[in-house]
Amino acid sequence: MITIEGLVKEFRVKNRDKKYIIKKAVDNLSLQVSKGEIFGLLGPNGAGKTTTIRMMTMEMQPTSGKILYAGRTSEADALAIKEMIGVVPQNINFDNDLTVGENMELHARLHHMPKNQRKQRIADMLDFVELSNTVNLMPRTLSGGMKRRLLIARALIHNPSILFMDEPTVALDPQVRRKIWDLIRSLAANGTTVILTTHYIEEAEALCDRVAIVNEGRLIALDTPEAFCQRMGKIAVEWDSPEGRQYRFFDTRKEAAVFAGELEHSAHIRRSNLEDAFIELTDREEGM
Amino acid sequence: MVSDIVTVFWRDWIVLKRRLPKFILSRMVAPMLYLVAFGWGLGRNIQIGSGSYIDFLVPGIMALNSMNISYNSLTPLCTERIYHKSIGEYIIAPMRPVAFIIGKIMAAVLRGLISSGIILLLAFAFGARMNITVTYIGVLILNCIIFAEVGFFAALSMDSYEELSQVNTYILLPMSFLCGTFFTTSALPDFIRIIVELLPLTHTSYLLRGIAVQSPVAWESVAVLLLYAIIGFILGRKAYNNQLK
Ligand SMILES: Nc1ncnc2c1ncn2[C@@H]1O[C@H](COP(=O)(O)OP(=O)(O)OP(=O)(O)O)[C@@H](O)[C@H]1O
Ligand SMILES: [Mg+2]
Repeated sequence: MITIEGLVKEFRVKNRDKKYIIKKAVDNLSLQVSKGEIFGLLGPNGAGKTTTIRMMTMEMQPTSGKILYAGRTSEADALAIKEMIGVVPQNINFDNDLTVGENMELHARLHHMPKNQRKQRIADMLDFVELSNTVNLMPRTLSGGMKRRLLIARALIHNPSILFMDEPTVALDPQVRRKIWDLIRSLAANGTTVILTTHYIEEAEALCDRVAIVNEGRLIALDTPEAFCQRMGKIAVEWDSPEGRQYRFFDTRKEAAVFAGELEHSAHIRRSNLEDAFIELTDREEGM
Repeated sequence: MVSDIVTVFWRDWIVLKRRLPKFILSRMVAPMLYLVAFGWGLGRNIQIGSGSYIDFLVPGIMALNSMNISYNSLTPLCTERIYHKSIGEYIIAPMRPVAFIIGKIMAAVLRGLISSGIILLLAFAFGARMNITVTYIGVLILNCIIFAEVGFFAALSMDSYEELSQVNTYILLPMSFLCGTFFTTSALPDFIRIIVELLPLTHTSYLLRGIAVQSPVAWESVAVLLLYAIIGFILGRKAYNNQLK
């Protein structure tokens, strides 16, 4: 189990007059993730998802707060915890002086994989993301989606029992995305804990056991995707008005139909989804 | 820990191996020019003490070259950090920061020694005569370590490649010329001389030159270099930690 308690991250950023200002990226965040769970971190751009993940993976020190892995703190047991972790970063970060194969080998070596297993494991992972024929190429020659597939393959080489995926399926074509979903599900079924962020809400809905919605560094809500829909009302009525697209939520289809019938505009009735909840909860006052 | 150092070193070795012929060829250019211009061209008419100017010059070139090569071996870390972000792989890895620093320094020392070897061959070809001992190589390694650390620190602390090249212009370039490399520091005005004689490269130049003519080793200079190496390591460790801020 992973526990984070009162996590805070403040950045010191230089503004135009070269004065430092403090910017709070994560603000008193607490949550728990159980073993084998697929946990989603959702939130608008700049909400603090990546910063949270980077603190959990010990790439960055929190300003305050605690991170516990099965009761062990990240400060005291950093190396042991890092052995268990795999990370798919949001930014592509290959070593551009090494080939694809060498990048994979560097990762395997850094994670202390025995020599006799490295080669086979790397071959298997490249095969899985259909990049076997790129072993000897430089990463910069791959397409955007291929690079992202490679990031995923690399993160899995050392069989991590906790996997952090920061927008893992960005830029992937639909077939590959489904394949990655299946992979994530089978990993979790085998006990791997997966913490992922995504802007594809349907992805979170399809994959996650629980979802945390964060905004401006704060936890706004945490629940299962189904519970979020329940909370909103199971049925959504959606219509276009001169002010833009409008939504209303109802517990039953009947109530929804009555409401829709009274509208001047033609309306669409459907099941509510996680995206509805997400938009309701993170709605920006200024309306973007 | 040892296996992590090997991994970090392995990465740099792979990269160097691929470019070895190019590396060797390009590293010959600057020392060759120094030897031709100062040793052969200018130096034929100069006598310093008992020996010829070229015998005086070669240890100086060895010192400044090993400084430049080892410093520049680690400056690419700056782009790896800011632009490619590939340092992230090491930061998330179950590895002690010191393993990263030591591995990187070892790779820089290797480059420094390869290019020093090239100069020695060139120098002998130009007719220089000198005494090379284990202490000579030890001093050379120490010099490489110090400036690899400077490169490491700069690459992890500067905000852009531009700032990094200023370190080269304002610190390394003046040192290349003033630290007892081409002429003895006694020729300098007092207030500059005192500063220059505190700098590590001056100690390296004098140590190498001393050993080359078989005079007794100035161990207090070795101690100064060791002190610089230790300080450099601590600063490197700090710069690495700042990445986590
Ligand atoms: N290194 C940094 N220095 C200064 N500010 C930072 C730094 N990294 C992130 N921030 C700021 O912290 C806030 C949270 O950023 P973060 O990258 O965690 O957001 P995010 O939720 O991952 O967004 P996105 O969906 O766009 O990836 C932002 O306001 C960002 O500008
Ligand atoms: Mg992000």
